[in-house]
Amino acid sequence: MNRPSEHNNTLQDRRAFLRRLACSALGIVGAGALGLAFWDRQGPLPEAARALAAPIPDFSLPEQAGKVALVRGISDRIRGVELAFQALGGLEGFIRPGDHVLLKVNAAFALPPALCATTHPDLVTRVSQLCLQAGADRVWVTDNPINDPASCFALTGIDAAARAAGARVLLPTEDRFAPYTVPGADLIRHWPTLTAPLQRVNKVIGLAPVKDHHRSGASMTLKNWYGLLGGRRNIFHQQIHTIITELAMMIKPTLVILDGTMSMMHNGPTGGSLDDLKPTYTLIAGTDGVAVDAMGAELLERTLDHLPHLRMAEEKGVGTVDYESLKPEVVTI
Amino acid sequence: MSILTARRITQLFFFALFLWFCIVTTLGERWWQLRGWPVNWLLELNPLTGLGVLLATRTVYAGLLWGVVTIALTLVLGRFFCGWVCPFGALQQAVGYLGKRGLNRARKIARNRPHPAQRIKYWLLLFMLAAAAAGMLRWVLESARHGGWWFWALLVALPAVLALLAALRVVRLRRDAAWAAGGALALGLLLEWLLPRGGWLVPSLQTGLLDPIALVHRSVNLVLLPLADGPLKVTAALPRVYPGAALIGMFFLLFTLLSLRVPRFYCRFICPLGALFGLLARWSVWRIGKGQTPCTDCRRCEADCEGACTPTEALITSECVLCLNCLDACRHGIMGYRLQTSAAGEQLLPDLQRRQVVTAIATGLVAAPLLRLDGMAGADWNPAVIRPPGALDEAAFLARCIKCGQCMRVCPTNVVHPATLQSGLEGLWTPMLNFRVGTSGCQFNCVACSRVCPTAALRPISVAERMGTGAYAEEGPLRIGMAFVDHGRCLPWAMDTPCIVCQENCPVSPKAIFTRDVLQPVRDGAFALHAVNGDRLSAADADWVPGRFATGDYFCRVDQMAPRPIVANTERSLTLGDPAAWPQHPAAGRSAEILVRLQQPYVDPHRCIGCGVCEHECPVQGRRAIRVTAENESRNRAHRLTT
Repeated sequence: MNRPSEHNNTLQDRRAFLRRLACSALGIVGAGALGLAFWDRQGPLPEAARALAAPIPDFSLPEQAGKVALVRGISDRIRGVELAFQALGGLEGFIRPGDHVLLKVNAAFALPPALCATTHPDLVTRVSQLCLQAGADRVWVTDNPINDPASCFALTGIDAAARAAGARVLLPTEDRFAPYTVPGADLIRHWPTLTAPLQRVNKVIGLAPVKDHHRSGASMTLKNWYGLLGGRRNIFHQQIHTIITELAMMIKPTLVILDGTMSMMHNGPTGGSLDDLKPTYTLIAGTDGVAVDAMGAELLERTLDHLPHLRMAEEKGVGTVDYESLKPEVVTI
Repeated sequence: MSILTARRITQLFFFALFLWFCIVTTLGERWWQLRGWPVNWLLELNPLTGLGVLLATRTVYAGLLWGVVTIALTLVLGRFFCGWVCPFGALQQAVGYLGKRGLNRARKIARNRPHPAQRIKYWLLLFMLAAAAAGMLRWVLESARHGGWWFWALLVALPAVLALLAALRVVRLRRDAAWAAGGALALGLLLEWLLPRGGWLVPSLQTGLLDPIALVHRSVNLVLLPLADGPLKVTAALPRVYPGAALIGMFFLLFTLLSLRVPRFYCRFICPLGALFGLLARWSVWRIGKGQTPCTDCRRCEADCEGACTPTEALITSECVLCLNCLDACRHGIMGYRLQTSAAGEQLLPDLQRRQVVTAIATGLVAAPLLRLDGMAGADWNPAVIRPPGALDEAAFLARCIKCGQCMRVCPTNVVHPATLQSGLEGLWTPMLNFRVGTSGCQFNCVACSRVCPTAALRPISVAERMGTGAYAEEGPLRIGMAFVDHGRCLPWAMDTPCIVCQENCPVSPKAIFTRDVLQPVRDGAFALHAVNGDRLSAADADWVPGRFATGDYFCRVDQMAPRPIVANTERSLTLGDPAAWPQHPAAGRSAEILVRLQQPYVDPHRCIGCGVCEHECPVQGRRAIRVTAENESRNRAHRLTT
């Protein structure tokens, strides 16, 4: 960065001086302007007071409110879900051409589909196909599993199933979470939440298996939303029913599908043995997750008293445990 | 008065002022204690602090605006700060004076020849600023997405103005620098567009390691003052303890003593602040240099040249620290401080090559993500690192802390200490709490450290916010960690010995530590009743220490009857209180046992604030039986323990 020596010629000298003076003045003004522009007299805010993610949209369709269908006597999930959609008046009533759809599966564990600890890949394939047939532009599949995410999506067969149907898995990478607060909630406040996949779609379908869960009584469509939480979410097991209720308040899905063709009766939510499973030959779909789970509880031979979060969610206006009042469409094969 | 006398008086004044600020950073109300003295003024006047924080956080916190004044004066006067204000510069100059006494002029001149290593300080400056700059860069790139029209307007306007100024020959644009800046911006925008929130850019503020003002503050606060004041007991009643202070002291000693051999060693080779001033000095209005009068080349002016800037030849402007020794040394009045450049010409910078500049900046940008690979600011956070109240969450904290030690100095209980490697390389000399030493844990109604922090790495909190009162009642008190009882070491839990000093000293109300009473049979406390005589029982076979059970904590139980307190004992007999407890006297031959009443401590996670008073007071002195870790601290919400 050598600069040739400046000459002593007075004219050049003056010119050089003026240039230097201009630069110096510019520097002073610039430093002052920058300093003032970025001046912060108060100091930074604590982490808790910083920006939150935008509100999660409401994905439910008012005209479809309170619809529930139950298919009984099937063990083929593909056929089951087709019949359930038919009973609900066709998927076209829910998915419109051009829609972007998110399937929230349960991919919690890196276990093979036969163990029924996760959403079955057949269901993922068929629902994705039907969404695309109904005109959906894109179908995404996501979850924030408990085991390593990439392994979970691979070993559960969900990734392959999604791709086969033309859908795509969105892994829960760090940048897809943002701090989120559910209005009126005590627990989900400034909590890292998998909001990015929700922000890019206009329809959300929950796909959950029927499973025993030692802490909450059962893991069905409401508990399935736990997979939208990030961070050290295990602290919420201290108040499991409250967190499930708050999750039900957080997300209003277009549709939920509860796969009870096979139910995990005990040793949940991981299972791990075929002995933990029992064929229950039922598939339920509907727009009211509380009612769907109330029906699913019967497959697990459990009552509402075993699952306090269902009544708590009802009290928050999320849905109704009295599913009979919704006059469910029952298809028996 | 000669100009040199004026300079020496000024240097002495600022050195004394600096020491004074260090001394008055003592919590208290007396005139010589912290009561409105601007103790951070030198740290704030130092533009490296302000620039570093600006680059890392894109804010200039409160008093850091003073840095603008220093920059402005440097653009007018040159490196006046180094020669006239900097206390570390003054110290080095004094030590350097001792080192050159008795040398002949030729040897003195030889010591003041410029050395290629003077470039190193620029590398260090660029490296450190680049490591911090990720915060600003990220904001610029994100503005492309969120900033709207003004971002693109500036993006077009700035180069246009620069190009115009270059065309008018007001400024000379370096083509390589323009290409590099443009290329980097384009690449950044592309990455931001392809991978938003990709997390490439992580700011880490490390200027404080070598910033001379932070360095002298740290050294005096944590080493010299504790050494001097230990016996004097002026600023603290008990000797101050700072783990790792020896390392800080050795660096200070090393850098100071090197001036014996090379005058102003630190200023010439290492000081990043000096490098910053050196870059600015190229435009200074007034400068040192030769006048038009012919020079005899006697080189007297170089004998005491502090900056090694070769006043006889083409003067290296960036290296001149304005000591003005050359003015005084010149017998012919040739050397002057003028509006003109030196008649012998100027060299604006030491020989800095483009590849060196690029390397320094590139490694700086990579350094912070590299340091974060250890995960200590994330998943592998160290629970032993309890940050002072008001500390920001770890990533934000590391973007601000300059390791000056002001929080450690002001802490009235001496629990704030410099970390060594507990929070990773990046966290060297950042504050952490150690409750084993100090006078009394972290006082729960004290916010001194957060108020003194010059960069808001500890954001300024109020007593109400700390204690969770008034407007903060809903959030509750700030938690810096949580206490855990070690059942293997706790006297009532493990050794049948009553204690609960921790519960008694827990300062929050209601107490975070509570106890549950248990009556535990003592070891070898079972015996057969020999005789019962009123309130006095004797054992068939016993060899008790007389008085051992008379402490008020021991009880005697026979059969299923309610235990009665023991008021006295001999080797073989017990005297019991509370006669009403037993409806009738038990018969001789029945089996009896002695019980101790223990209050076993528990910690309520909803009330514990992690102040560490319990840990400080625990009588199990080596490894305490109740210890605080950073679990549940408020500053990182991800560290919550309970809902």
